[in-house]
Amino acid sequence: MNVNSEIYSLSVNGKMHEVRDSWVGESLLYVLRERFNLPGTKGACEQGECGSCTVIIDGQAVCSCLVMAATAIDSDIRTVESISADGTLTEVQDAFVTEGGVQCGFCTPGLVVAIEHLLSQNSDPSEIEVKEAISGNICRCTGYGRIFEAVDKAVSVRKANKT
Amino acid sequence: MSSATQTTNRRDVLGTSALRPDGAAKVQGRFEFSSDLHAENMLWGATLRSPHPYARIVSIDLSAAYKITGVEAIITAEDVPGKKTYGLISSDQPVFAQDFVRYVGEPIAAVAADHPETCRRALAAIKVEYEVLEPLTDAAQAINPSTPSIHPDGNIIRRQQIITGDQNLEGEIIVEGTYEVGMQDQAFLGLEAALALPESGGNGIEMYVATQWLHEDQKQIAACLDLPCEKVRLTLGGVGGAFGAREDISLQVHCALLALRTSRPIKMQYGREESFYGHVHRHPAKIFIRHHATRSGEIQRIEAKLVFDGGAYASTSSAVLINGVTHIQGPYRCPNATIDGYAVRTNNPPCGAMRGFGVVQACYAHESQMDKLAVACGLSPVEIRLRNAMVTGDKLITGQVIESVAPVARCIRETDAIAMPAPLARTAHPLEIVGGSGLTSLPHNIVRGVGWGVSIKNLMYSETFDDFATARCQLKDGVATLKYATVEVGQGFVVLAPQIARSVLGVDEVILDTVDTGIGSAGSTSASRQTWMSGGAVDGACRLVRQRLFEHVGKKYNIDPLRLAIEDTDVVDMIGDFRISVTEASTGVLIDETHEHHHRPTEELDENGQGNCHVAFAFVAHRAVVDVDVELGLVKVIQIATAQDVGRVLNPTAALGQIEGGIAQGLGLAVMEEIVLDNGKMRNPSFTDYLLPTALDAPTVVAVMIEEPEPQAPLGAKGIGEPPCISVTPAIAAAIRNATGKELPRVPIRPQDICF
Repeated sequence: MNVNSEIYSLSVNGKMHEVRDSWVGESLLYVLRERFNLPGTKGACEQGECGSCTVIIDGQAVCSCLVMAATAIDSDIRTVESISADGTLTEVQDAFVTEGGVQCGFCTPGLVVAIEHLLSQNSDPSEIEVKEAISGNICRCTGYGRIFEAVDKAVSVRKANKT
Repeated sequence: MSSATQTTNRRDVLGTSALRPDGAAKVQGRFEFSSDLHAENMLWGATLRSPHPYARIVSIDLSAAYKITGVEAIITAEDVPGKKTYGLISSDQPVFAQDFVRYVGEPIAAVAADHPETCRRALAAIKVEYEVLEPLTDAAQAINPSTPSIHPDGNIIRRQQIITGDQNLEGEIIVEGTYEVGMQDQAFLGLEAALALPESGGNGIEMYVATQWLHEDQKQIAACLDLPCEKVRLTLGGVGGAFGAREDISLQVHCALLALRTSRPIKMQYGREESFYGHVHRHPAKIFIRHHATRSGEIQRIEAKLVFDGGAYASTSSAVLINGVTHIQGPYRCPNATIDGYAVRTNNPPCGAMRGFGVVQACYAHESQMDKLAVACGLSPVEIRLRNAMVTGDKLITGQVIESVAPVARCIRETDAIAMPAPLARTAHPLEIVGGSGLTSLPHNIVRGVGWGVSIKNLMYSETFDDFATARCQLKDGVATLKYATVEVGQGFVVLAPQIARSVLGVDEVILDTVDTGIGSAGSTSASRQTWMSGGAVDGACRLVRQRLFEHVGKKYNIDPLRLAIEDTDVVDMIGDFRISVTEASTGVLIDETHEHHHRPTEELDENGQGNCHVAFAFVAHRAVVDVDVELGLVKVIQIATAQDVGRVLNPTAALGQIEGGIAQGLGLAVMEEIVLDNGKMRNPSFTDYLLPTALDAPTVVAVMIEEPEPQAPLGAKGIGEPPCISVTPAIAAAIRNATGKELPRVPIRPQDICF
């Protein structure tokens, strides 16, 4: 688009990214995916209903489709790409694979971000706490059963690794 | 393959919960979905759609849109070089509307521009003048011969009767009802997306697309572009779920046309609202049924009239109708039938494939009837179903004999044996109580109900369609490479195919080649058919390779190849001491075989609905336990118990995932999901207003997989994708009836249906 706007920068996964020649209405989701080449964050509803675009902004799990990118200039933004930056799967990611929490996988990055965030706040959540924490992440394939199983497994592996 | 020896050395063969090879990439956000694709110098494409359910297009003025900087091309019906229409069974849907628009959301034009926002502005600047016409939105009205046709092909897409046995029999017990099913959306999460790369000179195109069936897309796209099929090369882009909605063409032709017009790569992707307009939905249906039975509950005759609303274009409506009428008896014996079914055209959104494909609607009706019959005969829901349960060898109302394994009674009994959930605890967390976190429900208003649903589902395509599957296997240096065009939509063929190769060939390493049109068709990822069909093709190709390997080893070591077998990862002489690893045996040779798997031929139905039209069948039972706030009309599904006839479990974790996922979708249809139409217009095309089951809505699922290997199936395994979502819907509806005493003849059941 031929629009001249101010240049702004965003801190994503600990790195500053510059945004030039943008349309001011671009969502953080669009900017992450289309401008910063970080396609791990997915868009599926554009209304903050499905959680596929979940990112962590200043320690809060947020739907990036609802954030105007230019308003996030002073924030620390973390995406799914930061979770296993060295390529080693975390306990949560590993459990998603081993327990069958992944089918089509479109909701998966958002769920992984949401669950990592939950476990960072609460290392031993109850069943209902897990359900509540991910109730904003819609999965159309699994019916959630294997996802609950994956969270249980990740929690127990993390516990075992700590002792 | 001897399984007893594998306890110490478990390899990822058939029967194990082998892990998805795409799993690690998916959990890290590295898996490339169609919407993640980019190309150098790419433009964005977008579609202008009709705001009216029925109108004549008077004029289209593109001049203002062309003036917007960044707009590179705008195309309309005039710019379609080949066939102006497309469609899966009949080609009745315009690529772009030319003279009339027949549903809200029908494509009229497409633009290519430098940014999605430029596209949006360009679409807004296109001026279309319409003469708005009175839409036909009532399916019953569409059957009336005096209703003017809204399409040159007429308003009746197909009518099919089934007339068999005594047409005048009157049962001692007669129960009847009229049942309705609303329009459900597949609501896959990965929105429609494609990337088209034009060949220089405009003589060909390469596309990356999320679809269910590459070769069918290729055929339809090529016809519209007026190019030979080989000049339209399709590669599967990562697919974020499908559930039937990607069986029809959506943006493929538009995207290809824009790429050829601009000579630049084009990316198109729908937003969620556009996705609701851009793909077909589950047919809304109205079904009248009357059952005649003996006093002891034996079904003697059914009469039924089914009307499926196909919306503006045919899509797969004629096949959906056939599934509806041929499954209306349910998994129960019935010697006499008088059935009349219609699939009709209206100005509602087009309907086509969705998981369950016509059987969902029929099952809701026949299972509602079974409960009425049980009451009339003084039997329990379980007793009435067991009394009528069909077995292998029974004849269907079409005259077709059930040759499939048919453990209907076993499905019911094993479901019945699953423990009921504990009663709602006084100390239950608010989120476990119906009504949820709003603390809306008072404990004394909550009533628990139990209900049943049992179903029969055909597997593969029917009525003479030869939906074969192709696979190629190469073996070299102990590594197998598989090539096929089988679409992975999430169901797990990507893990099943290497399991098959490991089991047949004794290899550990299996490489999956790109899924594209560079090999023969695999048919569609639908109709619960890929494990059977593409599984059969992979199995067949691997067996051919194994035979060649045995011949090679036999020649080299002077052993009769017929004495050779694969044991674990070795080639062994079954009656001697010879043993050599598959890796060693295949070193320095390249064995390359391709196999097509065809299912047995089927027949068309005659005018009385008689004929062997289906390939095979699978069965399942569901028992639902619900809590209902009878004052507020709120429902929480507590537990679903199920026993499913799967033939053979090839990957336990993947199979359970299909069962749990299907149940969630059936739950959605029972109590949450409906596209609400108002005079042809969707009122809720968004995830804010179209409600999908969340983690808090998910019931506890207790599943039993009944393994009675199917002799017809190459791997003994039946398709398992569709059955889970079929009878769970009537089971939940029955449980709500049980709790409320209401008739509830329509799904989804809304609060107002319960309270008023």
